[in-house]
Amino acid sequence: MTLDLAQFHEAFFQESFEALDSMESALLALSAGGTADPETINTIFRVAHSIKGGAATFGFSRITTIAHTAETLLDQLRSNKRTVTPRIVDLLLGVVDVMRDMLASTQQGTRTVPVHLPTLIADLEAIIADNVGNGAVGSGGATNVDPSAGQPRPATPAAPAGGDVAGWKIRFVPGPQMLVHGNDPLRLLQELEALGPVTASVDAARLPPLADLDVEQCVLSWAVRLDAPATIDQVRQVFDWADGDCELEFEPILRPAPTSVATLVVPAPVAAQAETATASPVDGAAGAEATARHAAAPETSIRVSIDKIDELMNTVGELVITQSMLSQCATQLEGHTADELRGGLAQLERQMRALQESVMRVRMLPISFVFNRFPRMVRDLGQKLGKHIELKLIGEQTELDKTVLEKIGDPLVHLVRNSVDHGLESAEKRVAAGKNPTGTITLNAYHKGGNVTVEVSDDGGGLDRDKILRKARERGLVGADEELTDERVYNLIFAPGFSTADVVSDVSGRGVGMDVVRRNISELGGHIQVLSEPGQGTTVRVRLPLTLAILDGQLVRVGEETYVVPLVAIVETIQVKADRVSSIAGQAEVFRLRDDYLPIVRLYDLFGIEPRTTNLLEGLLMIVEADGRRVGLFVDDLLAQQQVVIKSLETNFRQVPGLAGATMLGDGHVALIIDVPGLIMSVEHGSHRAPLLAQAAAA
Amino acid sequence: MNESALQAVGDASGQSQYLTFRLATEEYGIEILSVQEIKGWTGATPLPESPPYLLGVINLRGCVVPIVDLRKRFGLAQAEFGPTTVVIVARVDRPGGARIAGFVVDAVCEVYTVGDADRRPIPEAVTGQKEFVQGLATVEDKMIILLDIERLLTQAIVGAGGVAQAA
Repeated sequence: MTLDLAQFHEAFFQESFEALDSMESALLALSAGGTADPETINTIFRVAHSIKGGAATFGFSRITTIAHTAETLLDQLRSNKRTVTPRIVDLLLGVVDVMRDMLASTQQGTRTVPVHLPTLIADLEAIIADNVGNGAVGSGGATNVDPSAGQPRPATPAAPAGGDVAGWKIRFVPGPQMLVHGNDPLRLLQELEALGPVTASVDAARLPPLADLDVEQCVLSWAVRLDAPATIDQVRQVFDWADGDCELEFEPILRPAPTSVATLVVPAPVAAQAETATASPVDGAAGAEATARHAAAPETSIRVSIDKIDELMNTVGELVITQSMLSQCATQLEGHTADELRGGLAQLERQMRALQESVMRVRMLPISFVFNRFPRMVRDLGQKLGKHIELKLIGEQTELDKTVLEKIGDPLVHLVRNSVDHGLESAEKRVAAGKNPTGTITLNAYHKGGNVTVEVSDDGGGLDRDKILRKARERGLVGADEELTDERVYNLIFAPGFSTADVVSDVSGRGVGMDVVRRNISELGGHIQVLSEPGQGTTVRVRLPLTLAILDGQLVRVGEETYVVPLVAIVETIQVKADRVSSIAGQAEVFRLRDDYLPIVRLYDLFGIEPRTTNLLEGLLMIVEADGRRVGLFVDDLLAQQQVVIKSLETNFRQVPGLAGATMLGDGHVALIIDVPGLIMSVEHGSHRAPLLAQAAAA
Repeated sequence: MNESALQAVGDASGQSQYLTFRLATEEYGIEILSVQEIKGWTGATPLPESPPYLLGVINLRGCVVPIVDLRKRFGLAQAEFGPTTVVIVARVDRPGGARIAGFVVDAVCEVYTVGDADRRPIPEAVTGQKEFVQGLATVEDKMIILLDIERLLTQAIVGAGGVAQAA
């Protein structure tokens, strides 16, 4: 059997991207801290090393080269031959970017080379060549650093005491069937490492062309040097399991004139591609994974494709529906057994909820996945704009659904950019205002009442109320003599094309952004709010649902049909009085709610179904809000409030304007979920059906 | 199973099986491999802004499945739903995922094996609703209109005025 290496590519890319993220945050920790923590440098080294190993395994030679060069530099840092300077951190961050680009393009099969790759490598090599220390590390790309030196190893004092043997030279030639028999050369070498520092160089002479490679055949052999005064028996014991499966030769290294520990540990240059990670291609990927995991989190975890989880979610969703169907049936039964049945069903319901919650939690990821990109971004933006910024991240472990997480990234980037560019004043202005010249941006995430709230705050000058109002009046968004509450003024920044920036920079100011942010967030079923205090700063508060798969809904009856209105959109439900309703030009109906006039949307009319009543006084008006605009939905009656599982209409049909999806009710019927923002939008574009259809055609 | 796979099955044996059903006076056939199930008509939840032939959506074990009245879709005279009226649930697997829809027909008839020799193209002179017709077949001296299930599941549902699906 031959194995197609391509099947490991995806895993390699995923691992590498994650590893690069951790390398980036470690680098940022370096630049912030000033002093180099050896563990941080080790983390960075490990990433470069495992990417190099993986890339070499798969033949992505350019990635290997850059990773290797970075690794050489990192090795100098690690062995304290060089100290961490901002320049080095910048260069290594550049390496992260370049590797990420190259990985992404390789993943898409294009393999484009970033233009600045040669300069970056040249810069790195210049620093490496600008040699300090004892010169053990050569310059340029020709030198390969012993990778096994990358592993933290027991500091075996190569004590020159006891015996004449200072170490062993071992020739280790695994038989071709060694892997098949369950032995792993890599593991043997690692075991050997327990005895002392090991330097291994691989002999890949028997390696066939990739096309002919049979990964189950072991074709590599090693020349191993063990620098420890172990006995021959100790060394042989390591290879016990492989006995008969490999050729072994042991040659003792006799202790010459007293040598220092340092020369033993300093890695001798090893022949090209001498990597334990390349010992076998499969191990390469696995090795990379192991190191990345080690660097990321100590928790044990498994990698599951999101499809499988979605499938599980669906099945659980169906179970919930079936269960409520059964409960409904049971209410119609009578007698003693029926009571027992109901008792059992009640218990089943509790268990179903618990199951549903557990499955939902599987999809939850900490928001740090999104937050992690900000330290780098804020640092770069700050440098560009000449502002000193401190970024505080709070509540990074707050969990929310993966789909929400994926969609919240871009809006948050916008908000943070805005805070950096518009929110924070320049250092001079801050000093003049008696503030700390270093501005602070805080990202705070926390759970609150079944929602997740994410706040982006800055301690800048706050929103300029007068300026916003002036601009809004210029643009005719607000009448000349209209007075607005603070909240409504601040909400103006979400109007399309609205910007108060005097100069358009490439960071922000073009006026696109905030409206997109608000739209994205309401598409997620979330809510956005701006709080600002002049001179103290601005906070943008985003409230998000925990998940997109389930929704808290209010069931309403219209004619014979049941619809679901997302609870988050409902402001209140009232019984309207005849004297509050008026119609404009005999067409659009409005009603007065305290000081506002709100349009009335007759759902039966909009959705073209048979009404039970057309008399507004016989039904209810449900006031719903989206994007700060409100309308009154005319419905017949309110039914239960319940959590519903959202099913897409697109799967087997298409998107329907005004609907966010469908769900199954307890009786097995389908109920449609109303898309409040879409509905309000279509109402505002002219109150009836034609626009909905036009929208459908344009979509 | 996609079209090419179906084709392959057809080519290998030269034959494929069709489930036939009645609409008004004619007998139509669809490839049996794409029929997921046949169920009675129990009503559907109407969708707003949908063409008249789309009766709505139903809950098929947790899936939201649109239901098409084939009589209306083909522009045939309206008929009362009677005891033989059934919904044929058909499914095609496409790159973007499977697509499922139900078609309301007057009655289910037979399963026939149609060989290559039995197939005829639609005469050029025929005009009208032939976009969903794959060809004609003669079985036991009857004419059966063979429908193109893939087209039925996409165009027939979304309809001319609707949105082309992104998938």
